[in-house]
Amino acid sequence: MNTLEFTALVGLGALLAGFLGALTGLGGGVVVVPLLTVAFGVDIHYAIGAALVSVIATSSGAAAAYVREGYSNVRVGMFLEIATTIGALVGAALVLYLRVSAISIIFGVVLLYSAYASMTEHEHSSGNAGPDRIATWLRMDSTYPTPNGLESYHVRGVPQGFGLMFVAGVLSGLLGIGSGAVKVLAMDKAMKLPFKVSTTTSNFMIGVTAAAGAGVYLRRGYIDPGLAMPVMLGVLAGSLIGARVLARARVKVLRLVFSSVIAVLALEMIYNGLK
Amino acid sequence: MIDNAEKRMDEIMGRLLRTGVILAAVFVMVGGAIYLARHQTPVTNYHVFQGEPEELRTVPGIFHEALALHGRGLIQLGLLILIATPIARVAFSVVAFLYQRDWTYVVVTLIVLGLLTYSLFGEHR
Repeated sequence: MNTLEFTALVGLGALLAGFLGALTGLGGGVVVVPLLTVAFGVDIHYAIGAALVSVIATSSGAAAAYVREGYSNVRVGMFLEIATTIGALVGAALVLYLRVSAISIIFGVVLLYSAYASMTEHEHSSGNAGPDRIATWLRMDSTYPTPNGLESYHVRGVPQGFGLMFVAGVLSGLLGIGSGAVKVLAMDKAMKLPFKVSTTTSNFMIGVTAAAGAGVYLRRGYIDPGLAMPVMLGVLAGSLIGARVLARARVKVLRLVFSSVIAVLALEMIYNGLK
Repeated sequence: MIDNAEKRMDEIMGRLLRTGVILAAVFVMVGGAIYLARHQTPVTNYHVFQGEPEELRTVPGIFHEALALHGRGLIQLGLLILIATPIARVAFSVVAFLYQRDWTYVVVTLIVLGLLTYSLFGEHR
């Protein structure tokens, strides 16, 4: 196989990963790492480096569309980014001490959980909880647009949210993923943000968190241009197509199928790690 | 009035992000074309981790390689622009909070900006 063929194949795979990532809501990075390591036999460090870069591309691309809609809570996002960026730096440092097999197993477990979380419908908080001392002091309470006009909401559980966000950051820096599932968990469950606010704010944060990890990976020489080029372009194009399809079609069945595919990939990674 | 100012900030922010991603993609594509045209050799071995050479892992090194119009250098510059895009967004937020005289969040965003700068320019083993 020459370089052109390899690039074309990886690009095609990344396109599919970006597409699946957008449809399942898991993000492209989560699909790209198992694809590169399992299907192409790429070393996991290169795979994570390339995935982090593509995570920034999809997050920033999507955020450009989101900011107008006025759902994201910039104060909550910025405050929690202290936790996620510190976490990402810790995660990127951890890579040096963990064996490839251990990273592979952790990745598989996180992937399984994300696939599971994307399939289960959970109760969305209404945002009607009373005010909270810390959140009030940090002026996090805000409003968001609904069909009935602007609705105000209170933010709660700041310390728990902050702690969970640190975990999300560690996973992002360690595995090259956006950790969207953990971020939404923190903001939905712990901080009781309305669902639309937590998903858009989470997307807003993913790019910044991934940038913290990617900086370290770049400096350490984990980001290979020859590999990152088709991965970044493929995932970006795939996620743009995925977002279009998502807006038009009812994808419940598709999502179920793809989540199962991702679960199989996860098991394969855990198996490879245990071998 | 304040709502209008905030809306304008959001619009600038959205445009900043889109421009960053497009610019990054263009550099990666042009660099990729040069790289593919010059590398008809068997594929690089990615099974074994070796790490990138010094000139492709520091900010000045990448600029140097890109200015020499090396394919890999241009791709790396595109990726650097991509990494810089969310960082620029945080920097922009510092200005936005300064403008609102929201000192708590000026400090919060400066901490995030400091961590990001450390990630890209600090010493990492």
